[in-house]
This record gives sequence, structure tokens and C-alpha cells, in this order.
Amino acid sequence: MKRKMEVSELIFKIVAYFFLIVFALMCVYPFIYAISSAFSSQAANSNGEVVLWPVEPTIDAFAWAFTNSQFWISYSNTIFMTFLGTIWSLFYSILGAYALSKKRIMGRRGWNFFLVFTMWFSAGVVATYANYRDTANIFAAIFGTAGEGSTTLPMYSIDLKWVVVIAMGMNATNIILLRNAFEGVPAEIEEAARIDGATEMQVLTKVYLPMSKATIATVALFFGISRWNGYFWAMRIMGTQQQYSWPVQVYLRNFIESYTSFITPYDVEANPWPYDSTLSMEGCAYAIVVCSVIPILIIYPFIQKYFAKGVNMGGVKE
Amino acid sequence: MFKLKCDDFLTKDEETGAYTMSPDQQVRDEVEKTRWKEIAFKLVTDWRLYLMLVPMLFVYFFWRYLPMTELTAVFKDYYSNTADPASGAWYGLENFITVYFTGGQQYTTEFWMSFRNTFILAFYGLLFGFPFPIILALFFNEIRSNVVRSIVQVCVYLPKFMSIVVISTLAITLFGTNSSTGAQGVVAQLLTAICGENSSLGQIAGNIDAANGSGLVYSTRYFRAIYIVTDLWEHAGYDSIVFFAAIIAVSPTSYEAAQIDGAGKMQQMRYVVIPSILSTVVIMLIMKIGSLLNVSYEKIFLFSTTGGGEAAPMGNYETAYVVSVWANAQSNSVYAMAGEMTNNLLGMILVIGANIVSRKATDVSLY
Repeated sequence: MKRKMEVSELIFKIVAYFFLIVFALMCVYPFIYAISSAFSSQAANSNGEVVLWPVEPTIDAFAWAFTNSQFWISYSNTIFMTFLGTIWSLFYSILGAYALSKKRIMGRRGWNFFLVFTMWFSAGVVATYANYRDTANIFAAIFGTAGEGSTTLPMYSIDLKWVVVIAMGMNATNIILLRNAFEGVPAEIEEAARIDGATEMQVLTKVYLPMSKATIATVALFFGISRWNGYFWAMRIMGTQQQYSWPVQVYLRNFIESYTSFITPYDVEANPWPYDSTLSMEGCAYAIVVCSVIPILIIYPFIQKYFAKGVNMGGVKE
Repeated sequence: MFKLKCDDFLTKDEETGAYTMSPDQQVRDEVEKTRWKEIAFKLVTDWRLYLMLVPMLFVYFFWRYLPMTELTAVFKDYYSNTADPASGAWYGLENFITVYFTGGQQYTTEFWMSFRNTFILAFYGLLFGFPFPIILALFFNEIRSNVVRSIVQVCVYLPKFMSIVVISTLAITLFGTNSSTGAQGVVAQLLTAICGENSSLGQIAGNIDAANGSGLVYSTRYFRAIYIVTDLWEHAGYDSIVFFAAIIAVSPTSYEAAQIDGAGKMQQMRYVVIPSILSTVVIMLIMKIGSLLNVSYEKIFLFSTTGGGEAAPMGNYETAYVVSVWANAQSNSVYAMAGEMTNNLLGMILVIGANIVSRKATDVSLY
């Protein structure tokens, strides 16, 4: 049924295309800017000449990043936290969500409330910080020698990475997403497996996990991304002193505050520039930005279809 | 519950005056025993299931519920033991009164300022952040080519997956002004060119403040606008997923029926698309209102402070400080907790209220 397009429809279509393309370009532009700035020379960066393409292209900033030990320490810390943190979060979330998805579990409403209440009320930044500080102290008492230094920012003899991995990155929404996906698995399949003599663990690993692959991929992605991007609490417990535990986000922010003039003028006396004086500090900051974003950019297009699916499945429960 | 009387479970022997257990109670005891047996039986048969709950409960107990017990310190006397306020004497609501009324500039004025900022940022976030994803979804529906739409979607979802540190760095460089050289960011240059050098925007963009940060980002006047714009940029594309899913779920027969009735494309949108996504819109609106006070404090922290854990305020703190950021900057942890607790309790009331309204209005309960 081919029919003529109305004028109003045509106008709407043009507006839609125009608007979406402009918005898409706006969403991508800052990243192009970051890449261009990382490849530009010192003079171009400090005079603000970079607009779209690299000005006086150079790879000095990346060469600096790749030969900078603190960069590699932070980067490997981030990989460590993301890898172990995602596995740990998935471990307790999948087990908990599986148990909660079972109608026969006693106190089901109570356990659900226990979980959901954390979405309604949080203790707040101050109390949570006190809790994480205590956690770090307990970890230090168990796994290392006790903390030295002041009470607010102790120098720990352990890697605070472990505190980040174990104690942070909780997300009740993700557990509920998983629970809803498990509830959607037909009971007949589980019964069939049980008749064949499957244990509880086998039912979970052989029936439920393969049947909710999309949601698990989505949730793993959410956990992984939040671990990779985690900044605030890592910064709060590590401060400016625990540089060997810093994830790359904390390093990046600290670098920007110490060495660039984005916020306040660069203070040479407080933070003498320890690297080559011909390097552009802005370019170096953007080199870190680009390196920290690249892993996400690489995996993102492949998993994009998963998360659209997973979010729709578990979004609103009627 | 019903009241138990002595006669219910005891019978008095009139001759000897001794009490014996009534037969009814013996039956009840049996039932009770089997109930416990049943529970024990369930626990024994399903112990694996309960064991599976343990790691999750452990994590949530230690790092979500234990911090809440720290909050008891707000009802205690801070100054009797400053090192460990929770061990001080009970103090009633004195700390709250100090924060609300008598704390002077440092506590009361700044608390109410940050409280107002939380509401204003949340309100603007709702006002602009809610309709925008719906409009995006309607526009996505206009793109017939799957390839083009996929490319656009990949682009607009992207910012959601970026770290808040990267986003704040980009925003500070693009909207801001270099504090050493005075070079303006690309967006600041564009805005100055549009508004003119001598407009208030142009002057603020060119303003260099060595101590408190330069340019638009660190100005009291333009911080909110920048916050809202970057928020839209970050979330709008991703938030449109839900609405777009609702639009493509509309059955093609509805369109055909409308076409047969002679509806044009715009009328189809008016009478078919919008009514069928209305329930999703209402649910999402209720959810948004429920999380109104959860303003992204990490982002504001990065935009309005510097100096790592010590958190020195910047030039824009009068409009930027929200309650969490204010609390984080206080040296007196009890007053900070009292302020935060007020904010979080109000947030909880909003969530529960939104949920009740949603259940009454749409028969959909979110939790």
C-alpha cells in the first residue's frame, strides 16, 4: 500500500533525522576531541587550538604513558579489580538470585525486602566511609600488619585493592534482573532435570545459567563497567597516598588536579613535573583518558545487543 | 491476635484443685510440633538453597546494613567522645536541631543551601531529563533503515558507559577555561561567539580565578546548566531504550487499522503510538520521581571540589553542593550524618510514596 507522504510527516522525518544525527555527533565528539588532544603538540594543547583533528601531530603523550610506571601500576590495578570484582559480584548475585527465584524458599518476602531496602535507603557518604575504613582496618589486621599513620587516612600494609574487590560494587537492581530472568525459566525443564537426578547446583549450572545467557551477559557487563569506572570509594579509602593501589580513574583525576591547568593553575612548587619538560600535560592527561576508555570501546559494540535485550526483559516487573 | 486465657489450655480439676492440660491444647501442641518439624524438614531438604543465599546476605549485611548502624551516632553526644561518637551519651535530637536551626553559617546555612541545591538539580533533571528520552525514542521510530538506526544508537548509548572521571574531565575542558593560559574550551568558545564577548556569559567564560577555578564550569551561575546538559548527554540515549522497546512492541495491526480509518502518519503517532506507550511513560515517571533525591553526588564531587580526600570547595559550590558532597566536606561527622540522614529519609519516603501511587493508579508495583 504505497501512499503519498504528507507534508507534516515529511517535516517530522527531516526533524527526526537532523536531530538524531546532531545528537549522535554530540555524543561522539568529546571522545574524538580527547583522541585529537592526546595526539597534539604541547603548544597546540596549552593554547586551546585543538578543535577536531590533531594539531601538529605527535605520539609523545602515548610514549610517555607507556613508559610511565605509575600508569601501568594503575592500569593493572584496574584490570585486577574489574576481573576479580566482576567474578565476585556475579558469584554471590547469581547464587542469591537463584535462591530468591524459588517460590518454595521460606521467608522469601523477607529476603527480598532485605535486598530492596538498600535501594530505598542508604546510610550516606559519611557513615559508609567510616564502614569502609573499618573494613580496611579489619583486612589489615587479618592479612597484614595493622595500619600506621593517622586514623583518617592510614597507610595500610595491605593492598586496598582487595577492599575494593570484596566490599564495593553492590547492585540490588542487577540481582533483581537475574532473579526475574530465573523466574522466567519454565518449571517443566527444571522438573525434567530433577527426575534425571540433577542436584540443586546442577540445576543451576546446567539449566538456569544456559537459559538466561542474555541477562547474565548484561549483568556481567554492568558489573564489569561499574568496576572499571569505579572512582569515588576507591579514592576515598586510598586518598592521595596509596598510589600503589590506585585504579586508573583515581590516577587520572589525581594527575589532572596535580599537573594540568584545567581546574586551577598548575602549581610547579607543590607538584614539580617529574617528566620530560617538552611533554604537554593536557596531552598526557588525554592519553590516560584514551587508554582508559579503549577497552570499553572495543567490547561495547559486541555486547550492545545483549544489554538492550536484558534491560527490556528485567526492566519493569508487572 | 487473639488473647489466650488460662481456661483455654488448662482444665481445673474441681475436686483436687489441680490443673491439667486440656485435650484441645494437646492437639494444638501437636500441630505446633509438626509445624516446627515441617520447617526443620524444609531446611534439611533445601539446605543448599539457603546456603546459596549466604554470600549475598553476608555482603549486604556488612557493607550496606552495618553502615546504617553507624548512624546511631547522630543521636549521641559528639563532644563527649569525638574519636568515637557512637559511644557517647544519648543526646536525643540535639544534633538535628543544631544542623537545622542553630548551627550558624558553617552547618545550618550550608546545609539548607545544599538541601535546596539537591532539590533544584533534581527538579531540573526531571524536567529536562524525562521527556528527552521519549522524544529520542519517537525519533528512532522514524528511521526505517536498520543500519542507520543501529549506528545512531551505538553512538548515543556510548556516554552511559564512560567513567564519571572521564566525563567530568571532558566537560571541564570543553566548557571550561584553562586557568594558566586562559584558553577556552571548544564549547565555551562557541557559546562566547554566540552570546558575544561582553555578555555576562562571555565575561564569566573569560574569568580566570586561580584559587577557585576558572570559566563557566566553576561559576555559580552556569554550573546548573552544565550539569543538566552533561546529564542529558550521559543518560538520554540509554534511557530511551525502554521507550523504544515499548514503541516497537505496538502491534502492526493497530497501524493498519488506523490506516484503513484514514489516519496519516502524524495521526497514527497521536492516536496509536502515544496511547500505547503511555503506561510505560507513567511507570518510568513514577520511578524517576522515586529516585528524585539520588542526585549523582560523584559527578558533583568531581565538578565542585579538588584535592582528593580533603575536598576543597571550588567557586561554584553555592549552586553545586548537594547534601552528600556537603556532608563529605564536614569535619564534624555527626552533623554531616544528621544532614545526610534527613535527605536519605526524604528520598525513601518519596520512593515508597511513588510505589503506593503507582500501585493505586496503574496496578503496577515496582518492588
